[in-house]
Amino acid sequence: MRKWIIGAALLVLVAACSSTPDKGEVPVEERAVTPDATTSGTTTSGATTTGITGTATGMPTLHKDPTNILAKQRSVYFDYDQFVIKDQYRSMLEAHARYLQANKGLRITIQGHTDERGTREYNIALGQKRADAVKKTLLLLGVTEIQIETVSFGKEKPRREGHDETSWAENRRADIVYVGE
Amino acid sequence: MLRIAASHRLARWLGAAFLATLVAAAPTRAQLTIEIVGGAGTAIPIAVVPFENEGAAPPGLSSVIGADLARSGLFRLVDDAGIAPRPYRGEDVRSADFRARGADAVVVGSARPLADGRVDVKFALVDAVKQVQLAGMSYVVTPAQLRATAHRIADVIYERLTGDPGVFSTRIAYITKQGARYELIVADADGANPQTVTTSNEPLLSPAWSPDGTRLAYVSFESRKPVVYVQSLATGQRQAIANFRGSNSAPAWAPDGRRLVVTLSKDGGSQLFLINADGSGITRLLTSPGIDTEANFSPDGQSILFASDRGGTPQIYRLNLASKAVERLTFDGSYNVSPRATPDGKGFVFVRRDGGRFMIGTHDYATRQEQILTQGPLDEGPSVAPNSRLIIYAAQQGGRGILAAVSSDGRVKTRLVSPAADVREPAWGPLSR
Repeated sequence: MRKWIIGAALLVLVAACSSTPDKGEVPVEERAVTPDATTSGTTTSGATTTGITGTATGMPTLHKDPTNILAKQRSVYFDYDQFVIKDQYRSMLEAHARYLQANKGLRITIQGHTDERGTREYNIALGQKRADAVKKTLLLLGVTEIQIETVSFGKEKPRREGHDETSWAENRRADIVYVGE
Repeated sequence: MLRIAASHRLARWLGAAFLATLVAAAPTRAQLTIEIVGGAGTAIPIAVVPFENEGAAPPGLSSVIGADLARSGLFRLVDDAGIAPRPYRGEDVRSADFRARGADAVVVGSARPLADGRVDVKFALVDAVKQVQLAGMSYVVTPAQLRATAHRIADVIYERLTGDPGVFSTRIAYITKQGARYELIVADADGANPQTVTTSNEPLLSPAWSPDGTRLAYVSFESRKPVVYVQSLATGQRQAIANFRGSNSAPAWAPDGRRLVVTLSKDGGSQLFLINADGSGITRLLTSPGIDTEANFSPDGQSILFASDRGGTPQIYRLNLASKAVERLTFDGSYNVSPRATPDGKGFVFVRRDGGRFMIGTHDYATRQEQILTQGPLDEGPSVAPNSRLIIYAAQQGGRGILAAVSSDGRVKTRLVSPAADVREPAWGPLSR
């Protein structure tokens, strides 16, 4: 009986969710849109993106090529309680910046993360600060702001679950994710 | 200091009581069970005599009342075994019988089935020392309401003997994580009757009760970023009230229930905004170069506590909403966050990191005294009971998340343990009306 009630409640919930956009009363701003890769590709100028976009059609797919730095290097790691981007990430961020400049239709999300130390909500803010630090670097390298959304997962999505410095170091980072991936 | 005062006998008794609940309520999940790990030295010895005819309605009114009182840490249960005949009415209590067993107070009562299927519940609280009746009430309820009635009786007893409102009829919200599955759950304050409110395969965070107890605000990562939702408990209907570019988190209700304060990164950084409960009317509260987050309204609604690193390290500040003046409140230590105003308006609870340990503390406005109540190592997410006497928080035990409670004077500690899931993010609901 109770299971049935909860099941019914969940159905109501699902129904409520699916009906929400129809009512048009939710002030959703910039909801993480997932643009069609083809669409974003066609908005770029094929002529000016030789080399870096990498395909004859001008479709930006280099970031999906597992041998390319754009696919291999997506993470910036930070020291404890720190937001400073170390020099070692310079070339990697420059590569992403060049690619994004050449393909203005591409969008990225920078996801900030923290280690497990600290409170959940404060760590959301810390992870946001890390994502914002990476964004700032990319802006200085010429990427336009509209291409970048920064969000934080705080300590909620650790890559490593351990309770030691090795795991913590792996979790203190910001990841670049190309929208649509 | 943590004192192990509760007896094994009591723990077993409580275990049996909760096992009975489990069978009777048949909840969809294994519910939280409560272990008392420390008690006040001045606990009031009280005998809760099994009610007349209570066997017809498990788990038994007296068991629920006794468990409530014992869990508060302010009462010590006295065994009434051997007293014959058992008294069921206040005038039948022979005080000498109970005084001989060390009880200062006695609770008796009855549950009489009525022809229409309802039950007439009566109880009396007797001062065994002065030999006078302190309280007595009668409730006509459905069998499904018996457990809630027992909590209400415990509230009356608690208030009569301590002077503070009881919080046994309140509810708590919390998040469980089992594998990759997150659930937002609402349960009675004793862990009974857990009901799943929301389920997700992405993290859920920061549940916050509306002041009238009808809605919960919370953060969900289901769209791969933090978004603030408000959900009605009665209908399950929900709405994303803050889903702006960037991160949306840390919701807290204004006392009027019409607005919330949230942390948004839409304009850069993590900054505080006011937003109506329907998602309209967004207003930026402050502009700071660093992090402002974890905001929490004062009970009078005139100021907001929050954590900020504007001074270099994370510290707790207070914003006066009328004057916009900001005042720093914490100075000891290099990490003080998660301020939660106590409902009595006298101060706030918070999380302090000291020597790598995260602990729950209290701050008193009048004396500016701070008291650290727990030992860590990873205590967080404090939430204050509506009578300001208890603080529920999240802790780690054996690598797993559990909920724990500590009295605001630090003397009484209890643990709420789930057999299966990782439990975190507790939020104590308002007094029921």
